Amino acid sequence: MAKKGRAQGRVARRSGDAGCPPLVPARLFALNGGMTQPAAASALAATSLEDLLVAVGRDQDRLAFGALFGHFAPRLKSYLRRLGCDSGAAEELVQEVMLLVWRRADRFDPRQASASTWMFTIARNKRVDSLRREQRPEFDPTDPLLLPEPGESADQRVESRECNSRLRAALKTLPAEQADLLRMAYFEDKPHSLISSEHGIPLGTVKSRLRLAMDRLRRALRDG
Amino acid sequence: MSGPSHHPGEAVLIDYAGGALCEGAALVVATHLAFCPCCRDAVADLDAVGGALLEELEPDPLAPGCLDALMARIDRESIGARPPHPAPTATTDPRLPAPLRGYLRGPLERQRWRFLQPGMRGLDLRAGGTASVRLLRLAGGVRVPRHTHDGLELTVVLEGGFSDAFGAFGPGDMAVGDGTIDHSPRSDPEGCLCLAATIGALRLTGPLGRWFNRVLAF
Repeated sequence: MAKKGRAQGRVARRSGDAGCPPLVPARLFALNGGMTQPAAASALAATSLEDLLVAVGRDQDRLAFGALFGHFAPRLKSYLRRLGCDSGAAEELVQEVMLLVWRRADRFDPRQASASTWMFTIARNKRVDSLRREQRPEFDPTDPLLLPEPGESADQRVESRECNSRLRAALKTLPAEQADLLRMAYFEDKPHSLISSEHGIPLGTVKSRLRLAMDRLRRALRDG
Repeated sequence: MSGPSHHPGEAVLIDYAGGALCEGAALVVATHLAFCPCCRDAVADLDAVGGALLEELEPDPLAPGCLDALMARIDRESIGARPPHPAPTATTDPRLPAPLRGYLRGPLERQRWRFLQPGMRGLDLRAGGTASVRLLRLAGGVRVPRHTHDGLELTVVLEGGFSDAFGAFGPGDMAVGDGTIDHSPRSDPEGCLCLAATIGALRLTGPLGRWFNRVLAF
């Protein structure tokens, strides 16, 4: 439910990030104060996906959610269809994923992941749960047993928007044989050993192509 | 630099990040991640790759009215009824990292360990998917019969350690066994507690192999 006007002009603030610039422009919150739809749409167009997620998480902003749905739902449908869902099942599952997005957006931290990374992890976990009826074991970042970070803190990583666009550009430059394997690994629900045997590519070749692809993509993520 | 010295490797981490590993195998990887900051970082990169791949998928338009239907559902399910964050597991063994704790009821000592061979007991865990996943407890200096793997065997050490021709494995270290590896690990003098997932069968290759194949059959 949108909390109308409450957040108007408020500076973005989350625990522990004093010093960060406001992530959500005040004008976005002004939308809740009764702006008309066309004006809202143009203001949203100028807002990043990360800002939209933050607005949904903090203020249950429906306009922001609608914009996120418009961007991600057709891509999520495409993702689920590649995993073998028919159109109807894919649309139902997209709604389930977007419902989780609505409920969990308050946990999204734009310092740690881009919106598309976060959406991918939600969609992946949901499809493992729904299509395979399996849980998705994950480490708990708050687990006291978690081994402390040696040296610089990798868990405090920053995945900036610039990293994200560099990553997407680098994906386009990968040799076809590497890019194809990477897509199979993410979109076909098959571990690399199965990809190797089904496509008759030796296991060592599959591993080295994936490693080469990731070497290049990591360089794109790191080099600023 | 602290942290484990044996890692799953890029291909297994990609399987994990893409969601292709079945639950039992993913549990072993997630347990390694609890010990290993550099693999946590690697998985964060791989999640970002998943995000970028999702972003560049050709959009497939939804039937009109999907968003309205979802908003109506959100209204019906009243916002006050947000699901609570998952409760911490009631009975935990403080020696086990989080992803594993959820698969056990109560401390390790109270579980029904199954005899596998002298000095070696196993505890099968209930996890979905095609892998069998179990905790293995070895007394000091126990040698596991020589074997190879038709599928994939993922093992992470929780306490103590073991050695084979590929090196010494201590807490957090992960061993990936596939058809290219034929080994006969021996536990360290202090013994070893580890978590192992096996997809496909182990195949024993030593002289007593046939007999042990039956003992270890999953």
